[in-house]
Amino acid sequence: MTKKTLEYSVKLPSHTDNLELIRTFVAGVAKKVGFQSEDINKIELAVDEACTNVVEHAYKEKENENIDVAIQIDYQKFTVVVTDKGKRFSPADIDIPDMDQYLAELRVGGLGIYLMKTLMDEVQYHTGPDGKNRVKMVKHFLKR
Amino acid sequence: MSGFDVVRKDVEAISVVYLKGYLDAHTASDFENALQQLVDEERIQIVVNLSELDYISSAGLGVFMGFIEDIRVKGGDIKLAELSDKVFRVFDLLGFPVLYEIFLNEEEAIQKYQ
Repeated sequence: MTKKTLEYSVKLPSHTDNLELIRTFVAGVAKKVGFQSEDINKIELAVDEACTNVVEHAYKEKENENIDVAIQIDYQKFTVVVTDKGKRFSPADIDIPDMDQYLAELRVGGLGIYLMKTLMDEVQYHTGPDGKNRVKMVKHFLKR
Repeated sequence: MSGFDVVRKDVEAISVVYLKGYLDAHTASDFENALQQLVDEERIQIVVNLSELDYISSAGLGVFMGFIEDIRVKGGDIKLAELSDKVFRVFDLLGFPVLYEIFLNEEEAIQKYQ
């Protein structure tokens, strides 16, 4: 890998029907840059969870909106940014579950954020002055 | 796209549910409907065979969580069988093996009920 930054992106209608397509795209790029299958699986699941949250929460199932999925690759990391123009999401609003407690209470839902943070090296939420919400997820190449 | 399928097989009092393909936020309702149908029929000794499941996200895991309490209160259970390494890793990440009995093959899971 050179120090050049590579970029790949797709824009899709906000619908769960497109999750499979998004996973195929992200997994394809991750494979292309040399990740092994276990890390590819982690990246595609984290991105699926981020996009599912956009469809179900940011846009509340409105289908005439778009999700942008952009991948940036430099010599040390694989960065995926999921962008939407829906309802602002504040991670502080979501309790990250203590899994022992979660399972003991047989709770339902809220696992997506936990998975994203567990699967990726970094997860950041940001709403810009343009009103767009961005979830940035990073996987480092260290273990390759 | 809809790369998901649910097939059911009844073995006496036990129902085996075969999941195939991708279980995500788009397809979770199909699995939910299949489990709801079993609960409605009071067939609550359930084995879910995951040998052909290629992918699961939290939406799919949420379906298991959504039914387990109700089914156990009624005296039944959901037992899991034949998970691929990929799918098992997701269950394991969330600590699900503590909550669900997981079997290497379907026969073992069925025998546990008998």
